[in-house]
Amino acid sequence: MSPAPTTPTPAQKDSSQVRQKEMIARHFDRLADAPGTGARSAYTFVPGNLTELLLSFDVLPVLPEINALQSAMRGKTAEYIAMAEKLGHSEDVCTYVKSDVGMMKSGNVGPTGQRLPSPDLLLLSYTGCFTFMKWFELLREEYHCPVAMLHVPYQADGRITDAMRAYVVEQLRTEVIPKLEAITGRAYDEDRLKALLAQSARAEDDLVWVLQSARHVPSPIDAYFGAVYYVGPIFSAFRGTEDAVHYYRELREEIEERIRLGKGPVTPDGEMDRERFRVVVEGPPNWTSFRQFWKMFADEGAVAVASTYSKVGGVYDLGFRHDPDHPLETLAEYCLGCYTNLNLPTRIDLLTRYLSEYLADGFLINSVKSCNSFSAGQLHILREVEARSGRPGGFIESDLVDPRYFSAANIKNRLESYFQMLDQKRLGAAS
Amino acid sequence: MNYTVGIDLGSTTTKAVVLGEDGAVLGRGITNSRSNYDVACQVALSEALINTRFSLIAGEFRALARDPSRAPAQIAALARRFRAEQYRSQLRVLDEELHRFLARLLTRPPGAASVVDRILGRMSAEVDDLYADGARRRSDFFRDLAGSRYLALAEEEARATGIGFDLLAGLFDKAILDVENSSEAAGHFDQHAAVALGGLPDADPTLAAAVARVASMPLTQVGSVGTGYGRARLPFPEGHIRSEILCHGLGAHAMYPGTRTVLDIGGQDTKAIQVDEDGIVTSFQMNDRCAAGCGRYLGYIADEMSLGLHELGPIASQSSAPVRINSTCTVFAGAELRERLSLGEKREDILAGLHRAIVLRAMSLLARSGGVKDEFTFTGGVARNEAAVSALCALVEENYGARTVNISEDSIYTGALGAALFALRAASRESHSSIDAPEEPS
Amino acid sequence: MTPDQQRSALVQRADAIFRDQSLAAVGEWKARTGGLAVGFLPIYVPRELLHAQGVLPVGLMGGRPDLEIIKGDAYYQSYICHLPRSTIELGLNGSYDALDGIVFPAICDVIRNLSGMWQMLFPRVLVHYLDVPQNFDPAIGGAFYRRDLEGLAEALAARGARRLTDDNLRQSIALYNEDRRLVRELYALRRREPWKVPTAELYVVLRAGLLLPVEESTPLFAEYLALAAADASRRPQDQARVLVAGSFCEQPPLGLIKTLERAGCYIVDDDFVQVHRFLRSDIPTDGDPLQRLVEAFLTDAVASPTRYIGDGVKGADLERRLAESGAEGVLFCAPSFCDPALLDQPMAARAAERAGIPWTAFKYAENSAQFQVIREQAGTFADSIKLWSGA
Repeated sequence: MSPAPTTPTPAQKDSSQVRQKEMIARHFDRLADAPGTGARSAYTFVPGNLTELLLSFDVLPVLPEINALQSAMRGKTAEYIAMAEKLGHSEDVCTYVKSDVGMMKSGNVGPTGQRLPSPDLLLLSYTGCFTFMKWFELLREEYHCPVAMLHVPYQADGRITDAMRAYVVEQLRTEVIPKLEAITGRAYDEDRLKALLAQSARAEDDLVWVLQSARHVPSPIDAYFGAVYYVGPIFSAFRGTEDAVHYYRELREEIEERIRLGKGPVTPDGEMDRERFRVVVEGPPNWTSFRQFWKMFADEGAVAVASTYSKVGGVYDLGFRHDPDHPLETLAEYCLGCYTNLNLPTRIDLLTRYLSEYLADGFLINSVKSCNSFSAGQLHILREVEARSGRPGGFIESDLVDPRYFSAANIKNRLESYFQMLDQKRLGAAS
Repeated sequence: MNYTVGIDLGSTTTKAVVLGEDGAVLGRGITNSRSNYDVACQVALSEALINTRFSLIAGEFRALARDPSRAPAQIAALARRFRAEQYRSQLRVLDEELHRFLARLLTRPPGAASVVDRILGRMSAEVDDLYADGARRRSDFFRDLAGSRYLALAEEEARATGIGFDLLAGLFDKAILDVENSSEAAGHFDQHAAVALGGLPDADPTLAAAVARVASMPLTQVGSVGTGYGRARLPFPEGHIRSEILCHGLGAHAMYPGTRTVLDIGGQDTKAIQVDEDGIVTSFQMNDRCAAGCGRYLGYIADEMSLGLHELGPIASQSSAPVRINSTCTVFAGAELRERLSLGEKREDILAGLHRAIVLRAMSLLARSGGVKDEFTFTGGVARNEAAVSALCALVEENYGARTVNISEDSIYTGALGAALFALRAASRESHSSIDAPEEPS
Repeated sequence: MTPDQQRSALVQRADAIFRDQSLAAVGEWKARTGGLAVGFLPIYVPRELLHAQGVLPVGLMGGRPDLEIIKGDAYYQSYICHLPRSTIELGLNGSYDALDGIVFPAICDVIRNLSGMWQMLFPRVLVHYLDVPQNFDPAIGGAFYRRDLEGLAEALAARGARRLTDDNLRQSIALYNEDRRLVRELYALRRREPWKVPTAELYVVLRAGLLLPVEESTPLFAEYLALAAADASRRPQDQARVLVAGSFCEQPPLGLIKTLERAGCYIVDDDFVQVHRFLRSDIPTDGDPLQRLVEAFLTDAVASPTRYIGDGVKGADLERRLAESGAEGVLFCAPSFCDPALLDQPMAARAAERAGIPWTAFKYAENSAQFQVIREQAGTFADSIKLWSGA
């Protein structure tokens, strides 16, 4: 979710970007040094990540999903995936997993070119994705380290019940915390956790402000491609840190300035002059051709004003904030509320709401082959959101990190057709 | 006079439609796309311009004719003769090319040249009959018309002379490309018009006047829009390109103003489009990256069965018990076909099953795009396939109730028509830069 | 009738039930009893609970190969498995009209999301997502699961089913214990004398059992067991003993099972219609019956790829099954795009290798119609096993 430091970022460097780069570099340095310093690391997932809890034990988080997407941006995943398939992994399954397996087999060199430490714990936060379980079963066979399973129930009826909350809290108490205590030799420090959670909430306030700034016309940000950079720190290793608080405050100030100057979002080709289309996007981006994909939007003057992908690590804009007064309960609530843990009717409500709140012309679904959690049912989502919002939806297909599934001509064709359709509708409405 | 043109560069054929300033269709042209897109566009446009002059003649003549009730018949006669001349002109080029390729062969069976001469001689002798009043032609494509005749005659000759049929067929396959890729092969308007007129000594003298007036009329392109598969490589200036989705929607609306749902099954993609009462696209769906369920799939099947693409539909229509085909995977099509044939299943039943399988894929795209509303317009190459049409009509009725299904004779021009209409709209707004038109016939 | 004829008549009867995708037998049962019928998707739901409330549990396993998918494909991209398409097709074409609800067990993201789609497509029927726990501590995962089952029972009662009582549940447990015991017997017989229990036959009987009330499936299984065991006319052949793994959700077409047997394989263990064998032994009928049901799931279930294997060893269950069944080879036979089966496969393959058992792998869809390639592959595999064991 955060850009690889080696990946060219948008043309203009804001100071928040510089700060983010430094944060990431320091984090990967700590990971690279871990074998020497004895620092412990836990591998875990973005949805339902328990960063504050890990940090309260001084355990360093490693996010294999982010490693995979960064490998894709660095053009490594074709090779990694081929390696995993050679080892017997099916061509049908999630390419994040195969990329990770391939990376591990290639020496576990991370996005900064530094070697990642082997995990001391696999924190299997089983939130919103069944593949997570298989993924860590596969890693466990390689690393032979303990696994902490945290089963997060699904919001099948569109709500979080007390039983769900209690179930997650009990697992934190009896499964996750004891295993963290065991690998670190330290006792659970609730006061420290509370302090971290308080900082999370501050950063979350600013993140929500940033994402909601896209309600302005023209939008000062791109809430899909651009948001990938914005959510980076809070979705990965930095939620709860002072760094994250500063980063989001700085980002917010930069965007306040953009609004004051009436500026549009920054794109791969610099600042967008004229916002022609405002769209809501559902589904993760493609990472192997991320910039090319983004350019296909930017070239048409299309700005993503809201996206669901920027909610996979937490749907904060619906009001949830980490609550330091109820540390384990709030972590449970957080896990339960991640986007991919929402049922389809709730996802449809959310998209429909974004369309009206963000004054969007329409919505686009990028359906990725890898991710059934996102993709199964997206055609139903398309149909329902169109019907409820009265705004047109577009449907494109690609993959997360498998370059074989990004057909640029095909996707460009659909996107152009879609934007021309919006244009024509507008002309039709005006005449 | 001023005209606008729309060109639809498809994966198999390239189509051009020429509109007058009032939006009326004046001419249509079609050619095979081949690898050279520029040539394909030029050939299609030059065809369409010839066709345009013809409709202009018809207009002029209707106004001038002494006996207007006889005018349509005379125009039709002129058109047939004109087409016959074009055909002859193309035959001449074909003849040259056949001999050219024959000369290049390393081992030439003795007598091959005279066999080619005999075939071409017989084909030339048949031209008048081919374009006689009331004669039925199975296609307007030179490739189809000449090809089926050539191959039939080649088979006879091969039997009689022992010269290999494959050799003769191979020659044709090479030569036809050059005929198609030449914007000159079909000849020039005024030459053909003069010959055609000469063949009608009893015609109303004002017909000659109409022809003369139109022949001297300059045709000025004031707008152009290109569309089609792989549009990124279209030889049109940027800003003159529209998505084929929009063009198909608008074209279908122009042909059938009641259209609300359009299905286009082309060579490489299938599109389901919903349009509003103005022909504006409200939603669309295209097939995924897999080519299963597109026209190309039928092409593979035809190759696999050594049949012509146009023969599949009629054979499939003979089936009384279509087999169930669950996979439309192009890669496995050949193997599945062979296995079924080896199991003793009938060719027509397998083909009927394959057509149904393709149509089922289209049904799911239609459902994704919002269903089938009234009226429903079916376009694209596959719309000319009777087996596909009947399977589609049955499934539409079964799933959506009775629908008016429009299939135009000119359905293949739907995208080009929409493009031309966009060009017409834009012509009044923007400054124009033209598509390279071939040399204006003078 | 000779025993052979009797058996073939029984299989035909079962086949007719299995073939009827419109669930006519369910409709008849409802008309007769006035009870509710509730469908469930793979792999496992505690049918005892439904039965105890007078509800007919109906096992839904997608569509047969002859089901033409017209509407279902409009809901799914090409890279998603086939079962949800046929399930939607059958829902939309009215085949499931007799059902008052469907239970969607938590086995994968596709089935999970289908539960939400069902809520929107069929707002009048009960949609229950059975979020089975991945924490197997009775006080934690058990408590959560128990609450989930109580919620299901309440939802059924709200729709007119009778209330769940301990006595009713105990009786139902006893009935299903017997039903499962017979299936275990059938599997044991097939292990011992696979020529007597062709899988293509057994499969049809088990599928029919999904659609019948337990009061009828048990006698069907018992009768089939007696007839199969007594049949001396079928003689052993030189076939390779294989375990078929991975077909626990979307089912292979019957033609595929027949293909494997004709290619020279005796299937001596498999994952087909797994609800009948998801629990490995009887559920005790004493004590708190709901708690017994919960504990059975926590401690006695097969090591499905959809289930987290806590501190256990991945693949140990496969090794155990290989030893118990005497299988000489493993056929990994998974539906295309089945995440749990395909992601599990490399680990399962390693377990087979640890056990020194050869394996091969292929994929299918429930509507696959061409088995030529699989026939070749399975035939070669069976031949190589026979050569190897004869050497």
